[in-house]
Amino acid sequence: MSLRVAVLKGGRSLERGVSLRSGDNVERALVRLGHEVIPLDADDQLVRNLRSESPDAAFIALHGKGGEDGTVQELLDILGIPYTGPGVLACQRSWDKVVAKAHFEAAGIATPASYSFSGDAFRELGAADALASIHERLGFPLVIKPAKQGSALGIGLAQEPGDLPRLLMSALSYDDRVLIERLVPGRELAVSVLGSEDAWALPVVEAVPVDREFYDFEARYTPGLTELHAPADLPDDIAEEAAQVALSCYRALGCRGFSRVDMILDNSGQLWVLEVNAIPGMTDTSLLPKASDAAGIGFDEVVSRVLADAAVG
Amino acid sequence: MVSGDLKVDAPDDEAGLIGEHTPQNPHAVTHGRTETGRYDGRFAARAAGIVSSAMRDLMSLSERPEIISLAGGFPNTESFPREIYAEVTEAIGRDHLASSLQYGPTEGLGELRERIVEIMAQEGAVALPGDLIVTTGGQQGIDLALRTFIDPGDCVIAEGPTYPGAVPCFTTYQADVSHIPVDQDGMRIDLLEERLARLSDEGRTPKLLYTIPNFHNPAGVTLSLERRTRMVELAHEYNFMIVEDNPYGQIRFEGDPLPTLWELDSGAGAIIYVSTFSKILAPGLRLGWVAAPSPVLRKMNLGKQAADLNSSTLTQRFVIEYMRICDWHEHVGRLNEMYRSQRDAMVKALERELPPETRWNTPHGGLFVWATLPDYVNTSDLLAEATSRHQVAFVPGSAAFLDGNGKNSIRLNFSGSDEETIAEGVRRIGSAVGDASELYQAFRTDR
Repeated sequence: MSLRVAVLKGGRSLERGVSLRSGDNVERALVRLGHEVIPLDADDQLVRNLRSESPDAAFIALHGKGGEDGTVQELLDILGIPYTGPGVLACQRSWDKVVAKAHFEAAGIATPASYSFSGDAFRELGAADALASIHERLGFPLVIKPAKQGSALGIGLAQEPGDLPRLLMSALSYDDRVLIERLVPGRELAVSVLGSEDAWALPVVEAVPVDREFYDFEARYTPGLTELHAPADLPDDIAEEAAQVALSCYRALGCRGFSRVDMILDNSGQLWVLEVNAIPGMTDTSLLPKASDAAGIGFDEVVSRVLADAAVG
Repeated sequence: MVSGDLKVDAPDDEAGLIGEHTPQNPHAVTHGRTETGRYDGRFAARAAGIVSSAMRDLMSLSERPEIISLAGGFPNTESFPREIYAEVTEAIGRDHLASSLQYGPTEGLGELRERIVEIMAQEGAVALPGDLIVTTGGQQGIDLALRTFIDPGDCVIAEGPTYPGAVPCFTTYQADVSHIPVDQDGMRIDLLEERLARLSDEGRTPKLLYTIPNFHNPAGVTLSLERRTRMVELAHEYNFMIVEDNPYGQIRFEGDPLPTLWELDSGAGAIIYVSTFSKILAPGLRLGWVAAPSPVLRKMNLGKQAADLNSSTLTQRFVIEYMRICDWHEHVGRLNEMYRSQRDAMVKALERELPPETRWNTPHGGLFVWATLPDYVNTSDLLAEATSRHQVAFVPGSAAFLDGNGKNSIRLNFSGSDEETIAEGVRRIGSAVGDASELYQAFRTDR
């Protein structure tokens, strides 16, 4: 059945460029699948455009603030247009890493120990004086990241107390809350999950940055700077466990359609969940397309299934 | 859930792909595979060196209408020759239709090269039409110079900061770039001499020195006469070529012009001179030129044949007709008046809006002010905050370095916006910097 599908992309977030690349890939797939594509940049005309086009469904290829935090989902709920990916609450839970980690812990899923502060806590309440207690408890190195931001923007690695002010300032440039997390050294794994009640996991993908400290923005979006192994070279039991952990996270946050769960496999074989991406990247160098290739179903098939799960509410 | 009516040919193989249960469905759709890894390892080393940067993605946000962008190097569109545009295009259609829509000589139309000779003479640079090739913007001149001289790993010297647009050229040709700091009088020649001596001890000689002597982009400074003379001497002593990039020489608000390096070298063969119509007329023409010693020019001409055969004959004709119909000196004079006021507006706003420890220069020409903020400000992060919360954009200083320097500097353009917009843009930057300072103070343990 051919549908009229609005592809929501671009927008105003810091990941606009990434989103445009994801959106282009989704559009190509939808056209190959025989659907009619209505490309829409998520600007101040979005609601008007959606009303006048009145598409059968919206494929959300937005990343970052506005597109991945439940905002655009709320609008689509009001307009009654079925949309792809998680609903409002699941987006809110996964977009804020502090909230997501609380849900992981409540569900008994291991996530690295962390503390978080708002910018105001530093500005108004002298939170800087609490930093020493944090590194006493968590030890160095520490990962400093904005609580709400994608694509590894604003993330830094602190090796010693002297690194903290600079890195906290960087992180707080991207969000008003910062997460200070114990670094778990290990392998970077990503598990993409599809479906709703019948959720299932695609093969585990491992990202190995080439000559880089971590899987940063440049490594994510420059072909050749990261080796993606799909499926990851893992013992069967670990691969199975990673998939189960990913499914637990997916359910804990209430995701549907698709999402990607990022985790670290530490040297003792323990898996630690870092975050869930409500709208995983779908660029040429992204992990989800790689996982779908490894599953032998291809990106078009993933797009088709994600579209089939589109819903309101 | 209303997904019932949206089920789209979902294959019945939903048996879970967990772990070893990979799908065995022979009818599974496999087209449209993105095969992300497919091209890894196939890219040429020169392409692999060009990385996606968060900064470049952030810069794309500056195109949004609500954002005041002081980032680009854009001329004020008010300066474009609206009143004679129709006359120029009509003359082209009437008298030059065939030649302006036909292929042209790689080196450019002879008539245009004659006019370029006049423009260069205005700055005291003597050249003949045969010393020149017309290029697709000054940018192509830089590319051709590097293409002609640089093998992977060859040493290139450039100011630190250098023109951000030259950075991808340097990485494409895998040049090993050595930055020399600048002060009010341009590149520090004492430091250049030290660097040349040290390289020489290592048995290395730079092949090229890339410099913008007039109203440097982004630093805003101008190379002094004494340093110009010494730079040319050093080129002969150490046997390297100077790429003299001079897009802004005529965009002068005060003071007398200094001789070009081309003039100072007086035909001794050490200079590749690059300039453009982008600043004195309009960048959409994509026309610039290169003057070089003839053996070098021949190689560059071959390089240009490979790149694009010839620059647009239509826009070349546009410039010829434009220069025939109106007095380009007058146009540049008007431009300079306009930009001088805009520069003044920016400098005044900087004094008003930025913290006292901020340093900047007041350029006597060109398009840019380079401002250095307190060292705790990382201007790439500041750009994220500035675009998302303060609706203003600039070029972070690190874009002008290949060695990770420039982290607390910004490049601000004053040519592309009117005075009111400049004042408001700088006010917004000041407010973003103010937020950063407040936060920094909160991290001080001695507060």
